[in-house]
Formats: sequence, C-alpha cells, structure tokens
Amino acid sequence: MFKQKNFKKSADLSQLTRRGFLIAMTATGATFGFRGPAHAAMTLSSDAFPAGPDGETFEPTLWYGINENGQVNVNIIRAEMGQHVGTAIARILADELEVDWKDVQITHVDSGEKWGLMVTGGSWSVWQSWPIYRQAGAAGRMALIETAAKKWGIDPAECQARDGIVTGGGKTISYGEIVATGLSRSYTEDELKALPLKPNSELRLVGKDVTALDIANKTNGQAIYGIDAKIEGMVYAVPLLPPTRIGSSVVSIDDSGAEGMQGYHKTLQLDDPSGTVPGWVVVLGTSLMAAKKAAKQVVVKWQAGDTAKVSEADIQAHARQLINDPKVGSILDTGNTDTTTAFKQASTSLEAEYTTSTVLHFQLEPVNATAFQNDEGVWEIHTGNQWQSLILPSLAKALGVEQNKVIMRTYMLGGGFGRRLNGDYAVPAALASKAIGGKPVKLVLFREDDTLFDSPRSPSVQKLRMAFDQQKSIIGMEHHAAAGWPTQVMVPSFMPKGTNDEPYDPFAIDGADHWYSVGAQLVRPISNDLANRTFRPGWLRSVGPGWTHFAVESFMDEAAHKIGADPLKFRLDHLLAEGYNAGSAPNAVGGAARQAHVLKRVADLSSYGKAELEKDTAIGIATSFGQSRNMPTWVAGAVKVHVDRASGVVDVQKIWLVFDCGTVIDPNGARAQCEGAALWGLSMALYEGTRIENSNVRDRNLNTYTPLRMIDTPEMEIEFIDSSEAPVGLGEPGTTVIAPAIANAIFNAVGVRMRHLPISPDDISAALTER
Amino acid sequence: MIKLKINGRDVQIDAEPDTPLLWVLRDEIGLTGTKYGCGIGMCGACTVHVGGQATRSCITTLAAVDGTEITTIEGLDAEHNHPVQEAWQELRVPQCGYCQSGQIMQAAALLNDIPNPTDDDIDAVMTGNLCRCMTYPRIRQAVRQAAAAKREI
Repeated sequence: MFKQKNFKKSADLSQLTRRGFLIAMTATGATFGFRGPAHAAMTLSSDAFPAGPDGETFEPTLWYGINENGQVNVNIIRAEMGQHVGTAIARILADELEVDWKDVQITHVDSGEKWGLMVTGGSWSVWQSWPIYRQAGAAGRMALIETAAKKWGIDPAECQARDGIVTGGGKTISYGEIVATGLSRSYTEDELKALPLKPNSELRLVGKDVTALDIANKTNGQAIYGIDAKIEGMVYAVPLLPPTRIGSSVVSIDDSGAEGMQGYHKTLQLDDPSGTVPGWVVVLGTSLMAAKKAAKQVVVKWQAGDTAKVSEADIQAHARQLINDPKVGSILDTGNTDTTTAFKQASTSLEAEYTTSTVLHFQLEPVNATAFQNDEGVWEIHTGNQWQSLILPSLAKALGVEQNKVIMRTYMLGGGFGRRLNGDYAVPAALASKAIGGKPVKLVLFREDDTLFDSPRSPSVQKLRMAFDQQKSIIGMEHHAAAGWPTQVMVPSFMPKGTNDEPYDPFAIDGADHWYSVGAQLVRPISNDLANRTFRPGWLRSVGPGWTHFAVESFMDEAAHKIGADPLKFRLDHLLAEGYNAGSAPNAVGGAARQAHVLKRVADLSSYGKAELEKDTAIGIATSFGQSRNMPTWVAGAVKVHVDRASGVVDVQKIWLVFDCGTVIDPNGARAQCEGAALWGLSMALYEGTRIENSNVRDRNLNTYTPLRMIDTPEMEIEFIDSSEAPVGLGEPGTTVIAPAIANAIFNAVGVRMRHLPISPDDISAALTER
Repeated sequence: MIKLKINGRDVQIDAEPDTPLLWVLRDEIGLTGTKYGCGIGMCGACTVHVGGQATRSCITTLAAVDGTEITTIEGLDAEHNHPVQEAWQELRVPQCGYCQSGQIMQAAALLNDIPNPTDDDIDAVMTGNLCRCMTYPRIRQAVRQAAAAKREI
C-alpha cells in the first residue's frame, strides 16, 4: 500500500533539495520519511552502495535509491535464510523501474521503526512484496521519464525507459544523469493507485534467470552470519540452562570450580523483567572456549517448574482428553458446520486418529546474539532474526528502556525454518551486556543447548471423521486437532476468532480447512495447554500444514478405499470449485479447480495407477494448498516407495511435484525452494522426530537426531504450472504433500496404514506382523 | 606455542592445546568461513583440509595439528574460483549457505582422492555433511560438474 506524504509547505520542499520527491509507503499504514544513514549490518554485495560524485543519492521511495551512476540500491526488510529473497524482491522493483540487473544491489536493513512490520515467514515475502515493489518501481520510472520529457519539451508519452536509459524525441539520457540534475515530483494517493504497471508480457526480469546476489559469498566463506559477529572488546557468554523452559528459578550458584581458570570472567544470574528466559545463568569468558570450559565447572541448583516430569505421552494423552471434550476449542467458518445432523443421517462413517511427534528445527547455525550499548546509548543487537518486530518489545522490557532505544542489526541466518521467528535468544545476550554495563557480549548456544532451548514443533493428535450416505457420497466431515499453539504463546493478538468466538492459532490448523466439497464440515482447532506450559511451541517450516495435510490426505485415501473408489478419482470428484471452494481474487482465483489441475498433472507425470512396478513397490499421491486458504499455492505430489518387508525400511525412489503458485518470480530460486521444502517433508516423514522426556526434548544432537542425508535423497521431478495469477509463496508448500503421499504409497505397496509421523521401520514391521 | 601453516602462512598460536581447531580458526585467527554446527563431527560444517585431508575441525585439537598445513575455505583458491566453487555458483547450490564451506571443502578433498567419482562415491562421501536446507540434489550435481571441469584443466 502506498501512502502519500504531502510537501505543500515550502519549508518541507526546501528540505527536499536535490533529493526531489518522496513517496513514503509501508505495509502497516504509517508514513515514513527519508531513509537515514545506512545502518545495514550486512550488504550482500562486496561493496557498500556508492553515492554519486556529489555524494547524493536519489531515493524515490523508502525502498530504494538511485545514485548518479545509475546504480540502484534496494532496501530489503526480509531476512536472508536461503531463499535468495533479496534477489527475488529487487528484481520485482528493477523490472518496473526498467534498470539493468547489473546495476542492482541490495541492502538488508536494520530494525528501524520506519520499515514497519518486519517478519520473514509464512511464505509471505514475495506475495506481500509483489504489489508494493512493483508500484515503487513504476513510480520511479514515471518520475524519471517525466523529468526527461520536460527537459526535452516533449510529451512523456513519447518517451520510454529501458535498462536505466530514457529515450524520446531522438534523444537519450541515463537515469544517473537525470538524478544528477535533480528532480521533483509528488503523487496523490489516487495517482499512485492508478500507476500504470507494465503488462506481464513485458516483464523482463520477473520469471527470467538472473544472477542471485547472495550466492558468491556463500561459496567462499565471506558471508557473515550472526555467529560471526565481531564487536571490539566483546566478551563471550555460554548459558547454563534450567531444568524446565518455563517456571524454573535459581536456588544457588557455585563458581568456585571455575575461579582461576584461564579466561574465566564471571557467572551471571540473569534478572529478566520480560520473563523470556526464567532461571538462566550465563558464564562469561574472554573467548567462547574459555566460557565453555568454565561453564562445566560452575554448579547451579534450580527450583524446577511444575512441568518437570511431563512426558510426550502425557501431552498426547491430554490432547485426546481435550478432543473428547466437545466444549473446548474453536470452530472455523467452513459454511455449514452442523456435522451432528450429517452423522445422524449417515449410513456409514469412517474415523481415524493421526499423531505426530515433536520435531526440532535443528537449524545448523545455533542461536546466538551479540549485544551492547553504543555511544548514543542505544542497545544494539547483532543477530540473525526472522521477526524483529516481535522480539523488540521484549528486548526493551528486559533492558528497561523504550523500544526506540533498541535496534537489531540483521545478519545472514544459518537457517531459519521458523526457529528465528522467536527471537528469545537475543534477550539473554542483552541482559548479560546490561549486567556488565553495556559492554559487548556475544552469547552462543552450543548445539545441545540450542536444541534444549528450541521452540520445537508440538506433538499433535488429530481425529478425523467422515459420514457417507447410502449412495456412498460424503455428507459430512470433522477434523479435530490438538497441539501446542505457537501463536497463542508468542503473539496471541495474531489469533483470529472462530464462529464460536473462541480464538485459534491459524498456524496450528491451516490445511484442515481444505478445498474438498464434503457437505457439512467441522474444523476444530484445540490448544494443548499442557504442551504450552511445558515448552515453547514453535513455528516450524510448513507449520500446521506440515501435519494437518498428513491427516487430511491420508484420510482421503482411507475414505476412498473404504467405499471402493480410486483415490485419485475420489479426490477429483470432491475438488468441485463450487460455493465455499470456488475461490476468489486476487490470490485464490479458480479455487479447487486449480488444485484438481495440479493433481491430474502429477498423476500423469508419475503414471500413478498405471505404472508397472516391482513387488512391494508403489506410488502414493497427495495434494495440498500450502500455506493457507487466503494464499493457496496449489501442490500435488506423488512418491514412489519400496518397502522391505523384513526390516520395515522404506526406500523412497522418486518424488514428483507439480506446483501452481501463480506467477513465478525467480524460476531457479522457486525450484530450489521446492526441492528443499519437499526434502524437509521427507525428512520429517521418515527420519526426524524426538519426544519430550522430563519436560525437555530427548534428542539433542546428531548422534540420535537423524535428519535426511544425501544418501537417502531420491530423484525429484518438479513442474510449475504456467500462470500469470498473483504470485503466492513457495518456502513451505512443497513440504506438505510428502508425508501423506509416502503413507499412501506404503499402504499401496504392502497394505499397512501408517498413522504416526515419523514413520519408523519398527512401526511398519509391527503393522506387517499384526496384519 | 603451537606452530602451523594456515592457507600458506606460518602461524603461531598461544592457546590451550586441547582447544578445538575450529575455535582457534574462528576466534583466534578470525577465519569465520569455517562453521560450527554440531561439535561432534557429524554435520561437517567445520570441515577443513589438514595436510590435504578433509578433517572435522570441531573434534580436532590444536595439539593434534602441530606442524601441519591447514587449508580453510578462505584459502581453497586465491581467486575463490576453485572448480568446486565455480560449480557451486553455476548451479546455485547454496540456500542459507551455512554448511556450504564444509560441503565445498569436503567435495574438493573428494575430487583430489577420487577424480572420477561414481554417484555412489559421491553419496558415500558427501552424506557425512548435513545440509539443513536440503540442497543435496544440487550438491550431487555440482560435484559431478566440478569433477568434469577438473578433468578438462
């Protein structure tokens, strides 16, 4: 959304001088001024953005500047964690602005208030940036063309811009030359809305292959991550973690064993007014190793919180109790939610329970942060983070200062996957610095601590029911899902309300509100309060849809088999794109029809149901609309597996995926995201999963936690539907079809139905034996 | 005082002999391209070359490398265009990039040992390096491409 800033007063205009006009804009509705001095902690290119000969940079909007050499610097508020997000967003702008890609660089900005809400998650970045950066680019292009036309005394309509050069009336002038002469232009809000965007057919960078701006430095050791931050005079901190994430307090600290050790500084009991890290103790040293060694000699006694004995089984038992209590939970608006009548009228029905284990983020760079108070009295937090706007208030509270006295400098993220949406790890660094007078402290969690302090994906229990009439048509469906709710714990204001006025966490139910037409439909998300009290439930790549689709798509196969239908035809028969599932502009044009299309396409690609396969080998299918109904990326997947009956080991031989994400902005990056997301799904389907024991996760390092490795990586075939619809997200959707497609393939191969993730060889063997 | 050669330069280190090489490189020398991931030698993010051999620097003590020659990602190629690095860039292997120093060092060592690796060779060697972004298909392809490029040199 653009917001116009008026500069009618001459005083305002005089301040503009050569910077010319300003279009300030933001997604949150506030109006912002000029970009301040460049404070980016990290530029992805090797050189800082050079100003022109006169040291001037022309900044048509908050989002970019053009210098007198015609070089464009694009400000990126999204965190770079492997999506090449700056490359995708800058290209949207550069395309409308009509500049050469070689003149484009990007800057990842700090957490200044002017940037508005800063969050990188939900597969939102491209989807949300698309309209804003296109308009920003178009505004700059128009201003530059108008200035050139005025200079030449011709109609702007006779001019055109391309590759940073305006041409008209037989003359040419470069953007840099125009910037050097100065320009002044302001737009009314209506004019901004009416900005002529290029037709999609004239997009020159969007959808084409361009050089990613962050790749080179990721191959030569030059990319700087949070863990690489270096501030002069910094000391290092290593934490000693309390026995429970929540509710622990320190009884005593004895550091006599560490005293006199080389490099040992001191041990701090953190006093945290924000309540983010209760019971934390940190050990300071002159090096990370010194702090680590000393920490082993410090003895801390804690009073544990009241969840100290809670296990995964307790949490799942509690989930089942909640599901069986019809009074709890929220009810989503799915049209007709009266399933009671449908089940009364049903001639047959089906019910199944699906469960998933706790899953770790295990982002390879453990969480860390460097904090200090700078010369202006502002607290600087140097770290990689996905949701600066969420943790800034906690940091301010912890430090006892106003929020404008805290600023985050964003570094590269050695993996996000949702872990760094929760910036809790920045708070102990800030508190430790505060405790030593604002001197720089670099706090690093070693791997086992990072894992213990993770905000894991909550275990879940889901109960699904389906009612059929005498003609075997579906007349009702219920989906009850109980899990820890990250949004309730971290940012309850983000929770919408259901039809019963009860709030719910969309990231713990999205996906259950599918696009199949099933008559009466009840979708009931339930918060597992025991999970919420025991650990910090986290948003983990693909969030709710990472497990809701496992249930929905397994259940659709089970339902098809129950009535003797083909699972593919059964799905297509219910993807009718009518009523509630008809879809709507701008993001879900076509509705369920587009989901049916990708499903048919993947069935063709994989020869589902037609291929002649070896014994105990089969293909399973699944479809989803990651990540949510309001921004569906239509996905269909097929997975070919072989099951070894003796060991229960599943060999995943091939994955086929078809995506309809609307317009593809960055084809190579899009493919990379889908490859990674699908394998993330494979990893969680077969190889990952832990459990809560005594309030903490059982597996803390790679000796027992076993994510996918290269040797188990199958061949993949990925296809994108050609589309000019609005672009939606791709960071997560590829994940969501893999687990159910595998479960369906296992059933097709050896006839056992696996209803728990991860699917282990032992569980398959047990099921085969039982059978 | 322990003496070694890092990226062709003689270095003397005054640190506890049991300090892992990784932290000497990162915090004493300032070579932060080598990364910490698991600390138990199972993710490969800390891989460097010691005497040309791929080595997990997180579980290798300073004392153990006394007198050796060490190469880190920063020193793999003066111009950062080792055939492995070029293949990594051309195929756009890195996503978050955090594991890639280790992946590249492992792959470079692999191609020194086995100039014509089969797909099974590649899988067997590279499976010790975890990539949480799951860039495995591109790593596999890039190792093949780098092997071909090296043969042409």
